[in-house]
Amino acid sequence: MHELSVVESLLSLALKNAEEANARRILSINIVVGDYTGVVEEAMSLYFGFLSKDTIAAGARINYTHVPAQLRCRDCDILLPLGRRDYRCPRCEGRRVEIVGGRELYIEAMEVE
Amino acid sequence: MTPRMLDVKQSILGVNAAAAQMNRKLLDSHRVLMISLTSSPGSGKTSLLMRTIERLRERYRIAVVEAIAGSSIDADLIAGQNIPTVQIHASGACHLDAAMIRKGLAELDLHQLDLVFVENIGNLVCTADFDLGAHKNAVILSVPEGDDKPRKHPMIFLKSDAVLVSKIDVLPWFDFNLNAFSEVISDLNPAAKILPFSARTGEGMDGWFAWIRQSKEELNGGKDLQGAV
Repeated sequence: MHELSVVESLLSLALKNAEEANARRILSINIVVGDYTGVVEEAMSLYFGFLSKDTIAAGARINYTHVPAQLRCRDCDILLPLGRRDYRCPRCEGRRVEIVGGRELYIEAMEVE
Repeated sequence: MTPRMLDVKQSILGVNAAAAQMNRKLLDSHRVLMISLTSSPGSGKTSLLMRTIERLRERYRIAVVEAIAGSSIDADLIAGQNIPTVQIHASGACHLDAAMIRKGLAELDLHQLDLVFVENIGNLVCTADFDLGAHKNAVILSVPEGDDKPRKHPMIFLKSDAVLVSKIDVLPWFDFNLNAFSEVISDLNPAAKILPFSARTGEGMDGWFAWIRQSKEELNGGKDLQGAV
């Protein structure tokens, strides 16, 4: 839902990096998106097309790599898929679990010319 | 020119994180404690703030930075308390960000304050991604919303220093299992203080006031300066 502000930040970060590298055009941007950031691809692309149209990022493709959120049992130190209703470790039956991953939101790399 | 790859590895919300850090530094330099309040619409942020201002206004010099989404009905209530209030017009927005808070803080005389509350836009999802620069983040979940919300929207509960459960006066009529809820929160975020309360009956409010006092003492390095300039 907050893709507009995410795209604004994404675009200014991409343009800054492109400028520092003396690039004339941004061809694609690879971003890493955690499942818990609430970022929806369709909305991102819509806003990106709109905001980038008068910049050197116009027409650039955004490639998404999604990072799932996982549970980690603090006692067994094993990773478990999220979605278990009770947040309980299947090995020790303990509830001392934490959520790891899923909050990532960064530009991994960009293709420029 | 031939296409080439640039290695970037930079956070997209890094600009917001940096702005949040600046807000915290600004507040630190004035020893002003900022607490953000986040919840779904209708969970009782404004009612909690009203009771809190009434109770603590003799002890602390309080200001409120208030998100206005659609109507100023909440802000008018707060302004009626006759304390410094900044209204951030954010119609259609789903969250406040650190830059908006920075503008809001600029309108306040921080020399004359001990405590700033931020009332965020009613939203448990988007608000979790944007650090505002508050020293403490409090999330409020009301009993009618159901005890399963930390499973659906865990991030805001993971990020919060205090998890408040509002409207506990209606617990007998809802399936909200306070014990099960508290267990899930303690498992996921052991550092979070769980504070059930009712703004209507006043039950549990003392725990919230004690938590604020303790947070103020932490900021002041162990001493509650109690309004000292």
